Amino acid sequence: MAPIDISAGGIVLSRLSKSYGAVHAVRSIDLTIAAGETVALLGPNGAGKSTTLDMMLGLTRPDGGRAQVFGLTPSAAVSAGAIGAMLQTGSPLDFLKVREVVASVASYYPRALAVDDVLEMTGLVEVADRWASKLSGGQIQRVRFAAAVVGDPDLLVLDEPTAGLDVEGRREFWQAMRAVAMQGKTVVFATHYLEEADAFADRIVLLARGQIVADGPVTEIRARAGSRTIRATLPVVDVASLEALEGVLSTERHGDAVVLACSDADRAVRALLAGFPEVRDLEVRRGSLEDAFLELTADDKVNTRLEEALR
Amino acid sequence: MSTVTHVRYELLRTIRNRRMLAFSLGLPLVLFYAVGSAQRHAHTDGIAFPLYFMVGMAVYGALFAAVGPGARIALDRSRGWTRQLRITPLSVRVTFLGRVLTAYIVALPSLIVLYLAGASLGVHLSVGQYLELTGWLLVGLAPIVLIGIILGHLLTSDALAPAVGGVVVFFALFGGAWGRFFNGGVMSTLVKLLPSYWMVDAGHDAVHGGGWPAEAWIVIAAWIVVLVPLAALVYRRDTRRV
Repeated sequence: MAPIDISAGGIVLSRLSKSYGAVHAVRSIDLTIAAGETVALLGPNGAGKSTTLDMMLGLTRPDGGRAQVFGLTPSAAVSAGAIGAMLQTGSPLDFLKVREVVASVASYYPRALAVDDVLEMTGLVEVADRWASKLSGGQIQRVRFAAAVVGDPDLLVLDEPTAGLDVEGRREFWQAMRAVAMQGKTVVFATHYLEEADAFADRIVLLARGQIVADGPVTEIRARAGSRTIRATLPVVDVASLEALEGVLSTERHGDAVVLACSDADRAVRALLAGFPEVRDLEVRRGSLEDAFLELTADDKVNTRLEEALR
Repeated sequence: MSTVTHVRYELLRTIRNRRMLAFSLGLPLVLFYAVGSAQRHAHTDGIAFPLYFMVGMAVYGALFAAVGPGARIALDRSRGWTRQLRITPLSVRVTFLGRVLTAYIVALPSLIVLYLAGASLGVHLSVGQYLELTGWLLVGLAPIVLIGIILGHLLTSDALAPAVGGVVVFFALFGGAWGRFFNGGVMSTLVKLLPSYWMVDAGHDAVHGGGWPAEAWIVIAAWIVVLVPLAALVYRRDTRRV
């Protein structure tokens, strides 16, 4: 089989939708990932990460829209050996040793890596001759990781690869991930650990309720989250006039309260006090990545109700 | 290349499953000696009892081997490994071929072991007769392999063990592996619709010559014609859902 032409475009998801009964798991997602990018799909449980990945892999048929991988349908890309994936489930088969599991998967790919090298990179050398079904959870996860990379795929998809691992296990996993030569590869991984997305991805796509709520380079998302907000009680005043203040990016009004997102909170506070002496209950908060994440992914209805209750 | 490797690993998994081998090899052999040695000089169905029972028990063991792939399918599904394989370039055709070939490769020793046991109790056939008999048994096994695959895609691994056990006993019993229980009547006609009836009948046919009756070929062809699309349907339904 001819090697895949990865220049034929990376991954293109267009108006991708999927519902399970009344649950809209994925709502018309548009996403383009260039070949060679490492992208984190970040979001809480039920955000639609797995469903999106399943459609990217051709495991789930979309209700609407389509997914393209290197200019092919997902199943054609799978047949060409262009995709390797680590799914959330999948414990290795009975009666096969670790080395045999990895070797069997390698045999399905047109240009697989050497099995011994992969065992080495994934830290499976010591357990290579043990029964694959009798390993610990963390080791089984590494076998699944080895199965995902052994085919030397152009696109590597990891669906919550560190779910269920402790901190140490997560660290070891990402170490192994770095050891696997991934130059020029496209990597898409789902996670609900912010620090993983932050540490490993070039770009973060934030999903909530089946939609993309933020998409950008890690630095951009960080900047957005790293900004401070001023919250204050300031009735009557038109919020638009606050936006003109020095150091203020955007404004929002919640009843008597105003919230100012700032690029420079110190200047904004001075300007605010100078321009509006009646301002009270001034509060400056540093938005963490965590806050941005929660804010962007939280249910709007819950937010509104919370704000109403707080007022 | 990948086909050979795939079949090799499928086979390894099967051979290492000693519990399964106990049923496909051990149990029929034990039954054969337990009953056969006492009935050494008896006759049934127009042939020597040891020959009849040798074929009967070979069929019984081969049936166990034939449903093996189904058991593995259900297990792979319950472990989520089926999904893992679906995102590799391994084709449906190779997967299917791997299962069918494994079933046959594991069924062969069941036949050979029973042939040897039969010989020890005085069964004597020519090489040609053995080959003819083996060929017919393997043809008759095809529908059972398909039934195993279909059940493997339909049932959970918990439900599968009793289900395939039931299938094996049903086909063995009504096929006549332990003897012909129906002389005339509706049942004696109905059992002729089972592939296993004709597999057991193959011993008789090998000795008396004239080949396998047309009825046998028609019955087995009909089972295959019905089961192949059913297997494809069940496979598609299964893979769409998981």
